[in-house]
Amino acid sequence: MAHTMLEVRELSTKYVTRFREDVYAVDRVSLKVEEGRSLGIAGESGCGKSTLALSLMGYYFPPLHYMNGEIVINGKNISGMKPDDVRKSILGKEIAYIPQAAMNALNPTRKIINFIEDVILEHEMYVTKKDIYDRAKKLFETLGLPAEVLQKYPVELSGGMKQRTVIAVSVLLLPKVLIADEPSSALDVTSQKMVIKMLKQLMEAGFISSMIFITHELPLLYNVVDDIMVMYAGQIVEKAPSHSAVFDPLHPYSKGLMGSIIVPEKGLRDVKLTAIPGVPPNLKNPPMGCRFAERCKFVRPECRVSSVSLREASDGRVYRCIIPEAELREAYAREEHKNDK
Amino acid sequence: MTSEKKIYLSAKGITKTFGFGRQKTVAVDNVDLDLYEGEVVSIVGESGSGKTTLSKVLLGLINQTSGDVYFQGVKRDISTQAKKQEYWKNIQAIFQDPFSSYNIFNKIDSVLLDCINMRGGRYLPREKKIEMMTEACSFVNLKFEELTNKYPFELSGGQMQRLMIARIFLLKPKILLADEPTSMIDACSRATILDELMHLRKETGMTVIFITHDIGLAYYVSDSVYIMEKGRFVESGSADGVILTPHHPYTRRLINDVPKIYEEWDLSTV
Amino acid sequence: MKHTIQQVFRSGKFVLGFSIFSAILLIVIFYPMFVKDSPLAILGQGTFFPPGIYVNVYDSMSSTAYTLNLPDAAAKRVANKLSEEDRLSIKEWLVAAGIPESEIDTTDTAKLLGQWSANFDPKKSIPGMTNARRNYFIRLNTSLKGLLSTEGATISQTNPETNELEQVDTVNQKDYVNVGEVANTRILLLGTDNFGRDILTELVAATRVSLQIGFVAGLIATLIGLTLGLLAGYIGGLIDDIIMFVTNLFTVIPTFVLLILISFSIGQEQRGAFTIAVVIGLTSWVWTARAVRSQVISLRNRDHVNLSKLSGHSIVHIILNDILPYIASYVIMALILQISSGILAEAGLSILGLGPRTTEVPTLGLMMNWAMIYQAHILGNWWAYLPVLVTIALITFSMNLMNTGLDQVFNPALRD
Repeated sequence: MAHTMLEVRELSTKYVTRFREDVYAVDRVSLKVEEGRSLGIAGESGCGKSTLALSLMGYYFPPLHYMNGEIVINGKNISGMKPDDVRKSILGKEIAYIPQAAMNALNPTRKIINFIEDVILEHEMYVTKKDIYDRAKKLFETLGLPAEVLQKYPVELSGGMKQRTVIAVSVLLLPKVLIADEPSSALDVTSQKMVIKMLKQLMEAGFISSMIFITHELPLLYNVVDDIMVMYAGQIVEKAPSHSAVFDPLHPYSKGLMGSIIVPEKGLRDVKLTAIPGVPPNLKNPPMGCRFAERCKFVRPECRVSSVSLREASDGRVYRCIIPEAELREAYAREEHKNDK
Repeated sequence: MTSEKKIYLSAKGITKTFGFGRQKTVAVDNVDLDLYEGEVVSIVGESGSGKTTLSKVLLGLINQTSGDVYFQGVKRDISTQAKKQEYWKNIQAIFQDPFSSYNIFNKIDSVLLDCINMRGGRYLPREKKIEMMTEACSFVNLKFEELTNKYPFELSGGQMQRLMIARIFLLKPKILLADEPTSMIDACSRATILDELMHLRKETGMTVIFITHDIGLAYYVSDSVYIMEKGRFVESGSADGVILTPHHPYTRRLINDVPKIYEEWDLSTV
Repeated sequence: MKHTIQQVFRSGKFVLGFSIFSAILLIVIFYPMFVKDSPLAILGQGTFFPPGIYVNVYDSMSSTAYTLNLPDAAAKRVANKLSEEDRLSIKEWLVAAGIPESEIDTTDTAKLLGQWSANFDPKKSIPGMTNARRNYFIRLNTSLKGLLSTEGATISQTNPETNELEQVDTVNQKDYVNVGEVANTRILLLGTDNFGRDILTELVAATRVSLQIGFVAGLIATLIGLTLGLLAGYIGGLIDDIIMFVTNLFTVIPTFVLLILISFSIGQEQRGAFTIAVVIGLTSWVWTARAVRSQVISLRNRDHVNLSKLSGHSIVHIILNDILPYIASYVIMALILQISSGILAEAGLSILGLGPRTTEVPTLGLMMNWAMIYQAHILGNWWAYLPVLVTIALITFSMNLMNTGLDQVFNPALRD
């Protein structure tokens, strides 16, 4: 069995708003990422996927607060560590994080190489600037970035190049796990593709052991990761290998999400897009029963009463619904039949 | 197939530049466009391609530097406020960001009442107005009773955008210009918006121009597609023709770089 | 709207500023109801009476005398009368007479006087001392003896018939009067100014006038700035160019110099408080205009404005309904700043002698001007200028606090 790189058990975190209200953004999430695997997290905006990414690092600062649960990175339990210790010994070394607007993090008055020097000197004491330059150059060449970038200021680079530079810098200290939160959504399609290619390269070349990729763009997710986890209202609703998650979703929410995919490919014009009516529940006081009940086509009275736990399907995936797998599939088939007519 | 249809709106040699001298930038460069009755047309381009500028010129919100717009075969004249108002009875728009499309100080009712007033319903009795607003809201599956007396920011993005469609329902323009109507909206609400938009088009037979960066979306909704790069149209034609057998290298690159799910997504091309 | 006001009052800075400002406002409104004196009435004959309670001497002599046996009354009297100069002279003599300096404490009046009476000998000659100096010490000794005597003072009156001085009463050292029984007393909390006017009453009146000047100046500046900014920003094109040309012209001329020149050329006779306010307003609209213009330009291209145009609304409707509400919070903040800078500008002008003419109303700046001309700051008459300074500081401080508080509420980037 492969080595587990990141394991999260029952992690819950919350936001405290300015008016002292609690927003339960991540609710008892458990996940496991093995060495050499990548995990994708999908969901609507506000479903808690970005908050989960922040929570996974164990680096909490207001308004985000840790509630309970455990995070184990490469055998180290980091839950309960002081934020400062996490920053010094975990971030960058064990786990690296790339937010959506990472490229804006570059100081416009300094060259890229100065930025890299800062990162390395913070963690290693006895290195010369020459060594750092050689290391950075080697890394950049491996990742297909021109080495001249090192001597440039951020304003001289395009958005896609800046984003790729930041990603390269984030793996300088060889972290085990890389968390990428919408790393390409502010870029045009060509730069997006370059970023994706680079992330795949990082995995293949062994700069990182595992990756967590977060986006709301499902076609992108499908092409990048091995497993897809669908989040809804702070909870995991389904986790499955990419192919079955996209082409054969089980949870009604995943089904709706996958039915809204638009790609410029033959056959798209014949597909009828499905829509999910309604809006997600307010996470200030989440509903007692199934959180998706209000918007679900197949809702039953008991859905609204008892909370639903994750269950395993026949092919090993997990989903959060009280309806058994066979009945769900039957219901989907009926729907399709109706649409055909 | 289009020969027997009427040309509704056409643009001849539209050019729009900003700034003077060295800072002069050409946003739209000598663009021709013909729009037939009842057609759905997409203008696809990346950010900075000038597609939004073009849409504003077509709407008459900004003046073109050179070139002419013909509406129903007659050269468009929007020199006075009254003529503009007459023109805007025929062409309306839905904008990209629902959160900035509303005046946050006005209640939802006033947005819809404006439309009734514009269609000459200013002196209708109150009950009739409410009836019309209720009908418009129910067309987009919103309940007017729940919306009345509320402010736009109390709605979700999807609801706001649907209210925009309700507005179009009341106005019944000949041409609708939808500028990225779904790009700020979640994937699940996107299908709802598109469905309702297409439903409205079927009901009224209006011509729709989609401005979008999402080539998949353009393919899904439109009859014909224009691909725009750096202020020019580089390729145009029927949706199937342009998307499935692209000729121009830019179109090919654009389609190549969008992630696929049914076919292999080739990462080696970048 | 209601929600916004609630938010505003959640900001600590705004609440503090608002409380200080409303306290000043309340004093300005209610003080004249209780003290009905004219603020420019001359009370005192002479300049700069220090703050304190003024008791009529004639009335207190004719009031009932109460004898109070207070133990250290004499020492207090001596301590009060004995000046610092006298104490140092005593010390000088004692040192010359051979008392070690370490044993002399000029602050301990009782001990000092004891040492003096024990050691002073007018006949003793001290080497190096002039005759005049010796005579001074003899005079000092006599006056000290007078101070230390326990006898009362005699009150005499000229008999109108005989034209002779007749003793009518004596006042003992232990006699007291009850201030409540004295017919005429006056509390001058802040003393009087160079003309002998009650500073407190004058200050309250001056604050009111200065606030009025500030409001008028701020309103004029904001109105001009808002109108020009809206026109330049929304209409753009040639109108924008013309307005910005004028605005830039005003920006490069130092406003205060312009203000001085205008104020000077109006002439002393025509300069009323209102004129000054208008002049200040006319010279300080520049920044409001620029800021409003840039805000309007960013709003002009927002979709809700486009939508309003597509709905067939006129330019006036769009400016009033779709632009103005969005910048209203900013304009209110600008108005507050303009008011406080108007008050400061008036103070600055008046100190230079270019303020409103001096005979009608006091303003904060004029009070500073008077204090300065009569050298209150050199003579150490702090009550003539310090309260004015504090008032100016409090007004501008409270307004800036309110402004910062509002900024925190309206500008999400500054929220914590």
